[in-house]
Amino acid sequence: MRDLEDNPPFSPCCGGGAASALASQAAERWARPSEGRRKRVDLLLPGISCAGCIGSIERGLAQEPGIEFVRVNLSLRRASVEFNPDVSSVSRIIEALEALGYDAKPFDANAMAGVDRDAQGRDLLARLGVAGFAAMNVMLLSVSVWSGAEDATRDFLHWVSALIALPAIAYSGMPFFRSAIGSLRAGRLNMDVPISLAVCLAAGSSLYETMLSGEHAYFDAGISLLFFLLVGRYLDHRTRAVARSSAAELTALSARSATVIAADGSRAAIPAEELSPGALVEVAAGERIPADGVVEVGRSDVDRSLVTGESRPEVVEEGAEVHAGMLNLSGVLRVRARATGEATLLAEIARMVTAAEHGKTRYDRWADQAARIYAPLVHLIAAIAFFGWYLATGDVRLSLSVATALLIITCPCALGLAVPAVHAAAGGKLFRTGVLLKDAGALERLATVDTVVFDKTGTLTDGQPVLNNAPRIDDPAWPIAMALAGSSRHPLARALSEAAAAHSISPAEITEVIEHPGLGIEGRAGDLTARLGSAAWTGAEPTEETAVFLRVGDGTPLAFTFGEVLRMDSPETCSALCGLGLKVVLLSGDGSGPVARLARAAGIPKALSTQTPTDKLAHIRALERDGHRVLMVGDGINDAPALAAASASMSPVAAADVSRAAADLVFTGARLSPVTFAIRTAQTARRRALQNFALAAVYNALAIPLALAGLVTPLVAALAMSGSSIIVTLNAIRGWPTDQRAPLESKDTSQ
Amino acid sequence: MTILAILIPVSLGLGLLGLCAFVWALRHGQYQDLEGDAARILFTERDPDG
Repeated sequence: MRDLEDNPPFSPCCGGGAASALASQAAERWARPSEGRRKRVDLLLPGISCAGCIGSIERGLAQEPGIEFVRVNLSLRRASVEFNPDVSSVSRIIEALEALGYDAKPFDANAMAGVDRDAQGRDLLARLGVAGFAAMNVMLLSVSVWSGAEDATRDFLHWVSALIALPAIAYSGMPFFRSAIGSLRAGRLNMDVPISLAVCLAAGSSLYETMLSGEHAYFDAGISLLFFLLVGRYLDHRTRAVARSSAAELTALSARSATVIAADGSRAAIPAEELSPGALVEVAAGERIPADGVVEVGRSDVDRSLVTGESRPEVVEEGAEVHAGMLNLSGVLRVRARATGEATLLAEIARMVTAAEHGKTRYDRWADQAARIYAPLVHLIAAIAFFGWYLATGDVRLSLSVATALLIITCPCALGLAVPAVHAAAGGKLFRTGVLLKDAGALERLATVDTVVFDKTGTLTDGQPVLNNAPRIDDPAWPIAMALAGSSRHPLARALSEAAAAHSISPAEITEVIEHPGLGIEGRAGDLTARLGSAAWTGAEPTEETAVFLRVGDGTPLAFTFGEVLRMDSPETCSALCGLGLKVVLLSGDGSGPVARLARAAGIPKALSTQTPTDKLAHIRALERDGHRVLMVGDGINDAPALAAASASMSPVAAADVSRAAADLVFTGARLSPVTFAIRTAQTARRRALQNFALAAVYNALAIPLALAGLVTPLVAALAMSGSSIIVTLNAIRGWPTDQRAPLESKDTSQ
Repeated sequence: MTILAILIPVSLGLGLLGLCAFVWALRHGQYQDLEGDAARILFTERDPDG
């Protein structure tokens, strides 16, 4: 780590040299030993999207000194880099990637390994491969039998079929058999019970027929049934695995570090979650406060919008209480971390989230709802068929064959395959548009929402302040204000200099500029002292709006007021949501003035201000009690309980950790349109699933009477079942609505 | 019909070969970056140390 001294700042927002060196030190802990002296680091690259990115990253990084190996995985949007720790470092690699135009975040690949390896998915895929292989071969052998093989030849072909099909069924059918046994032990009937019964009956009766040199064997029916069901099982698993992996990735991304100052004054960067109570933490300007605590040294402004929803920065001094998640804006603060545990705000919010999740009525997935009615019905009909035929003919073989055909033909393919296929298609569509689905069941809940509740700061707005009242351009104070603002990194100062630059003002000549954290900026314009800062410091009347004041000499203070701007497509999105017949509500922790103004600008008729986390939670609960299904969209810590209580919830990727963890879907990008898109996709998914259920119902209504009448042999049943499976799958994957708002753009801004 | 005794094992053997190839590919991470591999075909080969 001896090359840290000459490192340029790790990121433009991390303050001076010491802070940047510590930030780099924090980055180094992601490096893991690799072969020999090499080290290896895994990076998340949310911005990569095309073949060009692979080339420019792999080629660009390979030219850096000390880089031994680079491999980009485009599907997972990750890169794995091996480097020589004597020459390079993690922070250098990240800088090099930033220079290439890619935002990179190191993450712990070991923590993700369990999710990545996806042992269950590979196991299912192997079983699917075996079932496919066996089904093909047995089908071909059946073709020979049905084209007129007789006597010894037919027996021989049957035995070969048995030899292939029986081990294949035993191996491929294992997930179904296990689940069926588990369900029977618990005294319930799930869909795997009729499936296992049908497969075992088909295999058993075919073996019996083969031993007796019978005319028909149905090994092909049993194994092809398993093949189609495994396809559905795998798709279902895939959707869940992708959801799980997105959730794990978000957790890996949010890992934060805290700079702890030891008793002897030395600094060390440790992961924020390892922070012990009583530790003294240094928070540079631009960093988020890592833990609840009390300010011990320093004075600064903090942005509490992620915690309380209030958009106006607050001045903190020694002795002030600060909370994890607040953003330190202007000065360096030393914070004594308070006893973690029960007393902290975060713990309080976490308790509310847990309580809200418990209070939520457990949602029954469509397939489970259907299965509860379907499974007993199928068994009942099969039993009736068997006993009916046995009483009528006294022929066990024939009765068994009819019952088997019935079980195969009524096999729940619409449930086993069609719903997973719809979910996989919808999840993939959302992922490509930059919406991460964390829970596959959320898609079903999202489809039925009728009310959308938005948070304000950071959700409807992009969280950046913008100058409201650009004064007259010829005002002589304007260039002075710009010159003072230009020397500060306070967000209000930045917004001011941006606005000035947009009005093509050139800064005035100012000397002796000093920034007083928590107060403002002072400088000399000619003979006069100019102050740009808070109302009290400049002797102005405080206003309700967020404002900074400029006083030159003894003149009257001039106010620059700030507001938030909506995300560029917030009004469109709100009107699109109303167009879909949804009720839109704004719940904000901010004061009534800014809330009412933004609600008007976004076209939201109902807006409530100064909402505490408890108020928000109570409001959502009240709506749900009245029979509404609510989608909550929010990003702040104060939104987390409401997110957990709502039927469905979404968070922008920049949200607080606790909120992102509570949300069902996370969207990336600068736009709000993913909200509309996700709802539309979920509604389409619901329609497709219902269509598939209808198709299955029509098919069963036709097939069951034929099977009961004994007109369907198990082979015909298998073919009909396969045909219906293919139809429902095609229905699931045919054209999906797209997000007209160029998905590529949302990827580009997803950092 | 004795030809069957040869043909069936041969066809099964070929099928098994395909199955083994699939299992091998599965075990060796050939399906880990489908999008990336589709894109890489567009690149010209360079020296491994390039």
